[in-house]
Amino acid sequence: MILPRKSFRLSRRRLLKGLAAGGVLGASSARAAEAPAEAPAGDPAILEPRPWSTSLGPGVEDGSYGVPAPQEAHVVRRTVPWLTADPAASVSFTPLHELDGIITPNGLCFERHHSGIAEVEPDGHRLMIHGLVGRPLIFTMRDLLRFPRESHVCFLECAANTGMEWRGAQLDGVQFTHGMLHCVEYVGVPLRHVLAEAGLRAGASWLLVEGADGAGMSRSLPLAKALEDCLIAFRMNGEALRPEQGYPLRLVVPGWEGNLWIKWLRRIEVGDAPWGQREETSRYTELLPDGRARRHSFEMEVKSVVTSPSPQAPVRHGKGPLVISGLAWSGAGRATRVDVSLDGGRDWRPARFSGPDLRFALRRFYLDAEWDGSEWLIQSRAMDEAGRIQPTRRQLQAARGVNSIYHNNAIQTWRLAPDGSLENVDVE
Amino acid sequence: MWSRGVLLALLLTAGGARAEESPLGLGREATEAEVAAWDIDVRPDGQGLPEGRGTVEEGGLLYDDLCAACHGDFGEGAGRWAALAGGRGTLTHRDPLKTIGSYWPHLSTVFDYTRRAMPFHAPRSLTDDEAYAITAYVLYLNDLVEDEGFELSRANFMDFALPNAGGFIEDDRWSEPHYAPGLEPCMSDCLPGEAKVIGRARAVGVTPDGGGGFE
Ligand code: HEC
Repeated sequence: MILPRKSFRLSRRRLLKGLAAGGVLGASSARAAEAPAEAPAGDPAILEPRPWSTSLGPGVEDGSYGVPAPQEAHVVRRTVPWLTADPAASVSFTPLHELDGIITPNGLCFERHHSGIAEVEPDGHRLMIHGLVGRPLIFTMRDLLRFPRESHVCFLECAANTGMEWRGAQLDGVQFTHGMLHCVEYVGVPLRHVLAEAGLRAGASWLLVEGADGAGMSRSLPLAKALEDCLIAFRMNGEALRPEQGYPLRLVVPGWEGNLWIKWLRRIEVGDAPWGQREETSRYTELLPDGRARRHSFEMEVKSVVTSPSPQAPVRHGKGPLVISGLAWSGAGRATRVDVSLDGGRDWRPARFSGPDLRFALRRFYLDAEWDGSEWLIQSRAMDEAGRIQPTRRQLQAARGVNSIYHNNAIQTWRLAPDGSLENVDVE
Repeated sequence: MWSRGVLLALLLTAGGARAEESPLGLGREATEAEVAAWDIDVRPDGQGLPEGRGTVEEGGLLYDDLCAACHGDFGEGAGRWAALAGGRGTLTHRDPLKTIGSYWPHLSTVFDYTRRAMPFHAPRSLTDDEAYAITAYVLYLNDLVEDEGFELSRANFMDFALPNAGGFIEDDRWSEPHYAPGLEPCMSDCLPGEAKVIGRARAVGVTPDGGGGFE
């Protein structure tokens, strides 16, 4: 039977109405058979056969290393080219807005090098321990694999993270404001076991730790921290360290600034005083308003940030349920609490933690919100196990001025606009 | 905190009768030549300074060849490369210039870092004498020595204190008012009135492209 044009149109309109009212699709088999291509009988993702469901996909990839789906190609580290003079002494940022949970995939961990990536041959790599020790010792990678091992999930934050934001909102994306941060499961040897092999002599109180890169990256580390919880790591998230993360050996200094986590670690000297290296005098010291500068400010302070929504991860779904997701951490050990404000810090409500709660690791929080489409000024505020509360930018500026560069743990504000876009702003 | 017991145990291992024994017997003893080959650090108290010497004049020739392209003819810094001189008296300014002369506390760091990491494209290529000469020249660029014939050596190195030697304090962040013990997080009416946006990253306009956003 052939339906006259007019009556078809009518029935189509009726059908649309039914759909809009939440009605069940008409059971008319005649309609199904005769519906033209544009008829919205339902979601083409369901109604139309998909190529991957009706054919064979590629087989196992022999000998290859798996990579993310091509549609995820935008999930990459990024740089801020104007920040530094040369890419060999520069930084790339973790795309925090694209990640969830607490673990950073190895290939997305931010990088900071001072003489490029040292391409170390592990068979020829040695670790030397000397100075105020019973016997100066040399270890090969094979030697190190015979020490008792430990695994720890730790965040690593560069002391300069958020360093461009001291005077006010500068960079429009959490990748750039907070992306000198990652969190990885490390496996390695507690530094105290290796020190015990050499034995310490009286007066030992500081270590010089040094990398095998062109910069000979070097820092002074208090012996107390070394004995407490530092790790000489050779694995991250199960596999060998990535070259840009110090392959084959890096120091893990839980809760302390990233610059101390020497990559391509090759030498440890035991001494009785700090070494005043360039990275603990010219850099990684905080100039205060009175002209004096803080040094040996190793610990990372209590901090949190909303990773989504954020300028690079806008709200595309309009009003209604909105998941606010973020990270909290503290060099004191654990972030114990996070509150979220939607009105620029006037009123706060507690966020909910989900996932692992490990000392010196990132912690993931969520706030399950209902967006009414109005302007929101979104902030998060962490508290840690030492009882310290993340300060506002104003509080931090009042105490430290604006020329510290390092250790900016101020509360971050994202402005959510009615169109769903977000922006890094300063509020008062 | 770390346990005093652990440290004591480690000290005993070395200082006691069994100094030659390691708990696991792993690794091997380093030779003197091996330690000397890698032990390049110089401490503020002079520990680690090698034998050697070099004059301002010699340092100037080396500097013009090896350093000036990036750090400027007078240490003023070229482009975004670091300045090595100038900035005295600017540490309390809105835009301080932190250099060896204005900010660095120790001369040893100049020698250590230059010999360790510079020139940028050829680290570890300077001899000890060259490192002394360049360090002398950096003092000259900062008006800390005036005689071009001046010779810096291991013998007189410790005579020099940089101007900002006393400018550093130990970490005292925990005494800041916002970390005062016992503070409770405020939950309502924490700030007066409605929030006002007073600064916007987009107005600054220095964010690189990429990474999503609204478009
Ligand atoms: C190709 C450019 C280049 C050349 C040539 C060069 N440097 Fe550098 N220099 C750099 C870079 C880049 C840095 C910063 C590296 C970093 O951030 O880790 C630097 C840092 C320094 C610093 C530390 C500055 C500070 O404020 O912390 C000193 C001192 C220095 N160089 C001295 C020298 C000397 C002396 C020479 C010549 C022997 C030299 N440089 C040659 C690029 C260069």
